Amino acid sequence: MNLERFFQEEPFAWGADEKNGILSDALWKLTEKHRKACEMYRRILEALPNGTFNSKRIDQVPTLPIGLFKRYDLKSVSPKAVVRVLTSSGTTSQTVSRIFLDKETSVLQTKALTCIMRSFIGPKRLPMILVDSQNVLERKDSMNARGAGLVGLSLFGRDHFYMLDESMRVRWEELGAFLKEHAGEKILIFGFTSMIWQYFLEEARAGKRDISVRNGLLVHGGGWKKLQSLGISNDEFKKAIRNQFQIEQIHNFYGMAEQVGSIFMECERGYLHVPNCSDIIIRDGRSLEALRNRKKGIIQVLSVLPQSYPGHSLLTEDEGMIEGEDDCRCGRKGKYFQVLGRLPQVELRGCSDVYAYGESH
Amino acid sequence: MKEREAESMNDQNEKIRKIFADVLGIPVEKIDDDLQYNSIPEWDSIAHMALITALDKSFDIMIETEDIIDMSSFGKAKEILQKYEVVL
Repeated sequence: MNLERFFQEEPFAWGADEKNGILSDALWKLTEKHRKACEMYRRILEALPNGTFNSKRIDQVPTLPIGLFKRYDLKSVSPKAVVRVLTSSGTTSQTVSRIFLDKETSVLQTKALTCIMRSFIGPKRLPMILVDSQNVLERKDSMNARGAGLVGLSLFGRDHFYMLDESMRVRWEELGAFLKEHAGEKILIFGFTSMIWQYFLEEARAGKRDISVRNGLLVHGGGWKKLQSLGISNDEFKKAIRNQFQIEQIHNFYGMAEQVGSIFMECERGYLHVPNCSDIIIRDGRSLEALRNRKKGIIQVLSVLPQSYPGHSLLTEDEGMIEGEDDCRCGRKGKYFQVLGRLPQVELRGCSDVYAYGESH
Repeated sequence: MKEREAESMNDQNEKIRKIFADVLGIPVEKIDDDLQYNSIPEWDSIAHMALITALDKSFDIMIETEDIIDMSSFGKAKEILQKYEVVL
C-alpha cells in the first residue's frame, strides 16, 4: 500500500476537508486487505450487521475491541513475513496483546513516528537521557512496548544515556557528568510517565538532589493510568517536573502497542493531537454511536499503518473527549482531544506499569 | 582511479566493515554489501542504534534520523556515509 503522501507533509497540516477523503480511502482499503488476508478478521466482519461495507465514511469502518489482540493471534501475513512480535504490557493475571509486524508495517511505524516527533523536536538529533534501565532491551526475541518505545525514540537522540541502573536507581553521578558535558545544549529526555514520577522525581525529592535541566525537552507517555490511580493529573505532573528540574518543554503522548508509530502528542496548549495518518472517534459507551465534540465517551483509534495485522481500527478501553478540530490555538490542524481515564471495570494496563508490577514481557 | 585513492577507499571500506563486525558481534567475512538490516538476529533495532553511535563517533559525524532509517544494508550504509564526506 502506498502511503507516502501521509508522511510527505507536516503531520498536522491537513484540515478536515483535505484529510477525510484520503484517510477514509486508505482505511477502507485496509479493511478489504485484512478481510482477504486474515481468516479470523473475515469471520468477525461476517458476524457484523449487513450494510456496513457499502459505506465510505470513516466512522463506519469496522472496529475491533482492542482486547481481541490479547486473546487471538490476529495477523494478515504468513509467519515467515513476521519480523517482530510486539507484546503490550500486561499486568496481574491477564495475558498480553501480541502484535505481528512485517517489514512494511515496521518501516511505516518508523516513518510515522519520525514525521510526528520531528515536528516537535526539530530535525537534529539531540543528546538524550532515557529515564529507564538499559536492561529492558536485553530480551531480543520479542520486545515489549516499553523496550520498543525506548528504541523507537532513540532515533531522535545521540549519546544516549540510560539514567537508571538495573535496580532502577538513578545514576546520579553519571547524570551530573552527562549534563555537564552537554551544558547549554538542548537535551531530549524520554521516559514512561509513571517511571519518571516514581524513579526520578520522587527520588530527587527524597534525596534533595538539585538537578536542573533547563534546556530539557521531556517526552513522556504510557503510564498515566498509574498516575491517575495515585490521583496525579497531567497538569500536576507538569508542574511538579517544572518545579523540580526546571524543564519547560513537556509533551505527553498517548499511544498503544496495537498502533505503534501513529502516536498522539500533547501540544503547548495541553491537548493531544491527531496526525494526518490517523484518526480518533469518541463513541457512546452503550450505543457505540459516534459522539459530537466535547462529549465524553470511549476512544476509538484509527491508523493507516497496520498492514500485517487487522489493527487499523480499534476500540480502546480509555475514555476521552474531542475538544475540537482544526482550530487548536497551537496552530496545528486535525482533531485535538483529551484522555480522561480508564473505563471502569477494565484491568489497569499501561506499558510503563510493567515494572511496578514486577513482571516484564 | 589513482592507486592511492583506491587504497584509501579500501581502507575506509574495511574500517566500516570492522565497525559493523564489532558492534554486531559477527565475523568480518559475513559482512558484504547485501547484508540487510533485520535479516540476522544480531542486526536488530537495538544493534542498529549502537551501530549509528559507533559510526558517529568513529567518523566524528552526526547521522541524521532519516539516514538512520534508510540504512537498510551494509551497502546502503557505505552509500549514506559518503554524504557525510567519509571518504570512500
